[in-house]
Amino acid sequence: MVILEVRDVSLQVNSSLILNRLSMEFQAGYVQAVVGPNGAGKSTLASLIMGLPDYQQHTGDILFEGKSIKNLNVDERARLGITLAWQEPARFEGLKVSQFILAAAKNKDKKEVDRVLEMVGLEPDRYRSRGVDKTLSGGERKRIELASILAMKPRLVLLDEPDSGVDIEAIDRIFEAINHLKKDGTTVLLITHSPKVLEKADYAFLICRGTLVDQGETSKIIEYFSGKCLPCPHQNVPEFNSAAVSGGKI
Amino acid sequence: MTEDLVEEILESVNLHRSFNKNTPHLIINANEVLSSHQVEGLIMEPEELPDGVRAKLRVKKGVKIGSPVHLCFGLLPERGVQHIVMDIEIEDEAEVSFMAHCTFPNAVEVEHLMDARIEVGRQARYSYFERHWHSEEGMVKVVPVARIELDERARFSTEFELLKGRVGLIDMDYLTVCQAGSSAEMRARIFGRQDDVIKIREAAVLKGEGSRAALTTHIAVKNQARAEINNEIIAEAPYARGHVDCKEIIQDNGVARAVPVVEVRNPKAHVTHEAAIGSVDSKQLQTLMSRGLSEEEAVDLIIEGLLS
Ligand SMILES: Nc1ncnc2c1ncn2[C@@H]1O[C@H](COP(=O)(O)OP(=O)(O)OP(=O)(O)O)[C@@H](O)[C@H]1O
Ligand SMILES: [Mg+2]
Repeated sequence: MVILEVRDVSLQVNSSLILNRLSMEFQAGYVQAVVGPNGAGKSTLASLIMGLPDYQQHTGDILFEGKSIKNLNVDERARLGITLAWQEPARFEGLKVSQFILAAAKNKDKKEVDRVLEMVGLEPDRYRSRGVDKTLSGGERKRIELASILAMKPRLVLLDEPDSGVDIEAIDRIFEAINHLKKDGTTVLLITHSPKVLEKADYAFLICRGTLVDQGETSKIIEYFSGKCLPCPHQNVPEFNSAAVSGGKI
Repeated sequence: MTEDLVEEILESVNLHRSFNKNTPHLIINANEVLSSHQVEGLIMEPEELPDGVRAKLRVKKGVKIGSPVHLCFGLLPERGVQHIVMDIEIEDEAEVSFMAHCTFPNAVEVEHLMDARIEVGRQARYSYFERHWHSEEGMVKVVPVARIELDERARFSTEFELLKGRVGLIDMDYLTVCQAGSSAEMRARIFGRQDDVIKIREAAVLKGEGSRAALTTHIAVKNQARAEINNEIIAEAPYARGHVDCKEIIQDNGVARAVPVVEVRNPKAHVTHEAAIGSVDSKQLQTLMSRGLSEEEAVDLIIEGLLS
């Protein structure tokens, strides 16, 4: 069953076309990846699906369980069960980890905070009362973001670069958390340019300069991505830019 | 009867379960002293006035009061004036901390005026935490005025919190004069809504060598609320150090104005200030909204954090 459909979506910011006639279908209950090099438009796509105010001027449509969500605000989309973990999560002065997690949690019991902190490998006694502020390391902050999402129990989560700034040991905890989400029936959309993260997906979409280049089983996309996109042959290629802007094929 | 009033006041400040009658305390409703308890070395002499209470509080030389002294100033009726005159003397080397609750749970039109004179002796320590509990809709006018004198190496800290219920009008004026080696810390955290008006003036004069002061004000205003902060540090002595910090979040049609004044009269003194006024950070807002909070719930949580 298709849970989310991106239908012929384009987004132009100033004079540059950041997403170019993207169409994708995401299946419910699977881990799927959107992969592509830096600047491909991955975070932009995630922001647009979440409905962030700066990304609402797109053409095409976004459908969640068959219904257009194009005119819904961020919180309305969240209440349908869609959420986003930012590539660089926000910091909050004075807000405690426990408050931050409980704000998102379905189950408002304080024990829920400990449960989800343990799931992302953070000792509850050490983290529960810390501030979600600048004193957390980048990796800790990302894991707290995931903990809040585990507590929210969304239908669909967009994880933007879940591994960036996270050390090798903690990455395994993040992968475990992704498995927990999947087991709970959450559809996971991984946004990444890392082949290691890509491996966790059942299915993948490759985008480049805002255009869908390929899609398929992860193994096939990894091969293409690792072989042809890293390093990216399109960087600083003027013909490619103009082709993308005019909606031409690669 | 008195028991019931005590219970009602304690309940309005959420202390009815945890309050222990043997902790040093003074509980006042309007101009009536409902309950008090002193401990060795702490002398409290409350005196009822027609419109309030005058209280002399003294901590004897060298005495360290172990547990915080609870002060509850309540005005349970819907209307009225309460004038509290405090005369506080902390003798040399003594130590005390106060936990004060000012509660007007049924206020429709209430005035709470506080005049405090505080002397903190040589090497003595004084800390005062004041939390206000106002009604959701009523008009409360709070006018606290304090004149504080710190003797050599005295340490003074005061914190004012008004987050629950409507502010109404607050017009605060605190002035601390610091002798050598003493330190003063004054903090205020206030959340204004509707047509609340917040006026704050905190000032410190660093008279003695090596004296220090930090004035911190965190305010949030929404709807049509207005805030005006005039915090001032004057440093007159060598090695005096001071810092003024004003952070204000404004929402809707709120208006905030911050005027930090620093004046340095000695080349070896150093005083800094920072003031930031702005809206709620949009990424913080979007993050919380992406977890299902409405915009209003998200703003309130962010402000709660800033004011915590
Ligand atoms: N508001 C904006 N105004 C102008 N250009 C923008 C804006 N937002 C994004 N872009 C541009 O759009 C392109 C896609 O950006 P995006 O952040 O979506 O890339 P990404 O695939 O997530 O890259 P990375 O792997 O580095 O995170 C980039 O060239 C970026 O500079
Ligand atoms: Mg990105």
